[in-house]
Amino acid sequence: MSNPSYLIVGATLVSGERTDLLVQDARLTPVAPNTSNSNTAGAIRIDAEGLVALPGLVDLHTHLREPGFEQSETVLTGSRAAAAGGFTSVFAMANTMPVSDTAGVVEQVMALGDDAGFATVRPIGAVTVGLAGERLSEIGAMAHSRAQVRVFSDDGKCIHDSLLMRRALEYVKTFDGVVAQHAQDPRLTENAQMNEGALSSELGLKGWPAVAEESIIARDVLLAEHVGARLHVCHVSTAGSVEVIRWAKSRGIVVTAEATPHHLLLTEDLVRSYDARYKVNPPLRRDEDVEALRAGLADGTIDIIATDHAPHPTESKESEWDAASFGMVGLESALSVAQTALVDTGLLQWADIARVLSQKPAEIGRLADHSHAFEPGAPANFTLYDPSSSSTFDLDRLAGKSTNSPYLGLTLPGRVQYTFHHGYPTVLGGTVVDSTTVAASAAAWKAGRTHG
Amino acid sequence: MRHLLSTKTLSQGEALQILDVAEDMAAVSTREVKKLPALRGKTVVNLFFEDSTRTRISFEAAAKRLSADVINFSAKGSSVSKGESLKDTAQTLAAMGADGVVIRHHASGAPHVLAESNWIDAPIVNAGDGTHEHPTQALLDAFTIRRRLFGDRSRGRDLDGVSVVIVGDVMHSRVARSNLWLLQTLGAHVTFVAPATLVPFGAETDWPVGISYDFDQTIRDTRPDVVMMLRIQSERMNAAFFPNAREYSREWGLDDARLASLRPDTIVMHPGPMNRGLEISAGAADSAQSTVLEQVTNGVSIRMAVLYLLMSGDREVQP
Amino acid sequence: MARVVLSQADINRALTRISHEILEWNRGAGDLVILGVPTRGVFLAQRIAAIIQRIEPGAPASLVGALDATMYRDDLGRNVTRTPQPTQIPAGGVDGKTVVLVDDVLYSGRTIRAALDALSDIGRPRVVRLAVLVDRGHRELPIRADFVGKNLPTSTDERINVRLSEVDEVEEVSIESRTMPEQPTAQPTEQPTEPGNGSDEPDGGTR
Repeated sequence: MSNPSYLIVGATLVSGERTDLLVQDARLTPVAPNTSNSNTAGAIRIDAEGLVALPGLVDLHTHLREPGFEQSETVLTGSRAAAAGGFTSVFAMANTMPVSDTAGVVEQVMALGDDAGFATVRPIGAVTVGLAGERLSEIGAMAHSRAQVRVFSDDGKCIHDSLLMRRALEYVKTFDGVVAQHAQDPRLTENAQMNEGALSSELGLKGWPAVAEESIIARDVLLAEHVGARLHVCHVSTAGSVEVIRWAKSRGIVVTAEATPHHLLLTEDLVRSYDARYKVNPPLRRDEDVEALRAGLADGTIDIIATDHAPHPTESKESEWDAASFGMVGLESALSVAQTALVDTGLLQWADIARVLSQKPAEIGRLADHSHAFEPGAPANFTLYDPSSSSTFDLDRLAGKSTNSPYLGLTLPGRVQYTFHHGYPTVLGGTVVDSTTVAASAAAWKAGRTHG
Repeated sequence: MRHLLSTKTLSQGEALQILDVAEDMAAVSTREVKKLPALRGKTVVNLFFEDSTRTRISFEAAAKRLSADVINFSAKGSSVSKGESLKDTAQTLAAMGADGVVIRHHASGAPHVLAESNWIDAPIVNAGDGTHEHPTQALLDAFTIRRRLFGDRSRGRDLDGVSVVIVGDVMHSRVARSNLWLLQTLGAHVTFVAPATLVPFGAETDWPVGISYDFDQTIRDTRPDVVMMLRIQSERMNAAFFPNAREYSREWGLDDARLASLRPDTIVMHPGPMNRGLEISAGAADSAQSTVLEQVTNGVSIRMAVLYLLMSGDREVQP
Repeated sequence: MARVVLSQADINRALTRISHEILEWNRGAGDLVILGVPTRGVFLAQRIAAIIQRIEPGAPASLVGALDATMYRDDLGRNVTRTPQPTQIPAGGVDGKTVVLVDDVLYSGRTIRAALDALSDIGRPRVVRLAVLVDRGHRELPIRADFVGKNLPTSTDERINVRLSEVDEVEEVSIESRTMPEQPTAQPTEQPTEPGNGSDEPDGGTR
């Protein structure tokens, strides 16, 4: 049994062009408006008037928490949150329990994603065994596994040993992979709680100096240049980091960088409330840093937006600041935050959003069979987004297991109305499709691919 | 005023109200019957997640002089240190019928979290949180300064133009922070003296305070009305904030020679407990200029004033 | 609409008479301590003390003080937080003395009850008497005034406003109806006393 066909009527492409889209057998075909033929006749019609069609979003930095921390999130619930945010692919970070440092774990994570069917789940492999920063994990085995891992990261921990980082860059190059570095000098950030500045001093929270991030990035780009390897910098958060990366790119160093939605919108002033929802690693910074990150995205210094979606159970955030966990969920809100921080401010066009949230992250992660242009026969992974609405970001917008969103109660523009993954809907009319239906659609897609 | 969490957010009117009510409380402390019925039938919980016998007994004396019942909840060594959360503790206290909570916590902002939560609906008094604030200490310091300067004519007066030098580990000191904000609100000029490693990051550019690394120079330049010495903790030496006690004492201690270089009427303060011979010499600590014991006495009056103002009224009645 | 019931001259005459009555009853100014209840009672006490010192040359120099009863009130928990006023006891203390408490308006008697409690925590006077400028009735406790400027029968709907030159622009005692004059029968006359649940208001000159 194959999935039904859909006819998307009147969608607006990022070019501004209006088109209808026929979705059939997991592929899409743009068709001229008001076309009616045997293919369109049986299709389910979806009115996309006023909706922007974006290629399926790709998140290069997601924490799905499974295996090991299923009270926070599972592959199913995390990829459901991704679908709600318009994502069709997520790269799952390696800091699970057990750590994703073997072929077995990464294959398990990928299989769980395939079965759930909300999004393509590509595991990220740990660079070092157990994220311990001591010796390399079986990078080759993970690269050659069914999961075909291409992104390696010890995210949450910085590979601070310079020699180990050099070896990692070189070894990962062997498999056309990339090291995604969490740039944080551990000694400069011992027990650090928030951005270091007059405010951290006032609040009595241990400071997290910008230089702890910038010095690692500076070292890493020089190492990448020296060994001729690719480097990806996770969640860049300071103006100084943007400067260093801009300099590195001008030297021809092969470095890519990501910024999170929250670092593009929120600042350290929120910490005044001691509300642990605002506790995140790297910490929220100053206005100047937010401006520099936005400018970096606009001029291409920062390549992509990645969510660093980091679910935590309520009890991890309902406490005094020092005791609370770092991280915020971000998949469901990413597009709305990008719109308010970048599109509504005139810094980026929707075509740029497609680039930084779909095309580029797919390239960096070597995501197979990804298309960001709505050309005939492209895989039907896309989202239909309504940028004209504006509403309070409420709990009902969250589709994952955890609710540690910093945006709850804020008014944000836009809303994901439809998401299609492999040609079947995961979000319909602003509502996430139930997990059983999606799993059945995924199974049908898989069967169709095997036999078709 | 619903809670007392910091002095940063205290208006001058609120600060003077506390100081003036403390004058009345101080008068009570000199009577034969040192007790007021104002909080009869109310329960104050001293919730101490960090050891501080001095602060706890000061609050306890204050609450008892207002006829409140006092429950001391020392969270150290109890279920709290075994992972019971602040939330569970707060809800337990609420269920016991606490009318006011005095909290000391090692984490900055913990009193704030308690006050903002819906776990407990009682006034919260910050009795020192991490390296954030210690508002009642600053209030008692201001009260002590005011009484030394103005005596019986203290009531209603601010500290306009008073020069205060605070010396020592400012970076880790909630006392220094609370004093800065309060003294500034009351019109005083504050100078921090410390090695650069112990000056709070960003204070030089963003805080309303003079910063100096040189104690002697500061004494010569400012001719201060008040010198406040901060306690130096030995663990700071291990973290390389300064090389050793000898060097610290030589550069930033109030020794007899420095005491002699002060104006004869300069007040010498210390929040206690003192490291005699390290940040302050025995001569300085025991001199007539020292207010160390007055600070302890005044602490009870200030805490009585705070507990009275936060707990006596009906919070349901709108003014 | 407020109706003036005592002018400045009336107030002065009343205080003069009360001063004479106190001296007559006490047979002079010996061991006398006059304590005003804040706010306006303090000013009245000061005026009475000044009159006594004028007409009784042997009167002690430190005769007058203030006795704040805020923290002894029985309605602390029923109102927003009240700021206490200073208590000042003359140098000789109150032990064994003849203490005359002075207040502006005697109403429920609860303020005086609190003042008596406050006084007993300070010392043990030989005898305590009460002087008030206005007694408006409606006592809720077994308390009466020994020296009264003027008895003013009132309804609980009415307010008594005492204005003194020390703190107010004018000096007079007026009586004011709390119900709107256009609809005098709109509210029942037996409604619960408020504000302060029938207790004497400690601040301002309105009771």
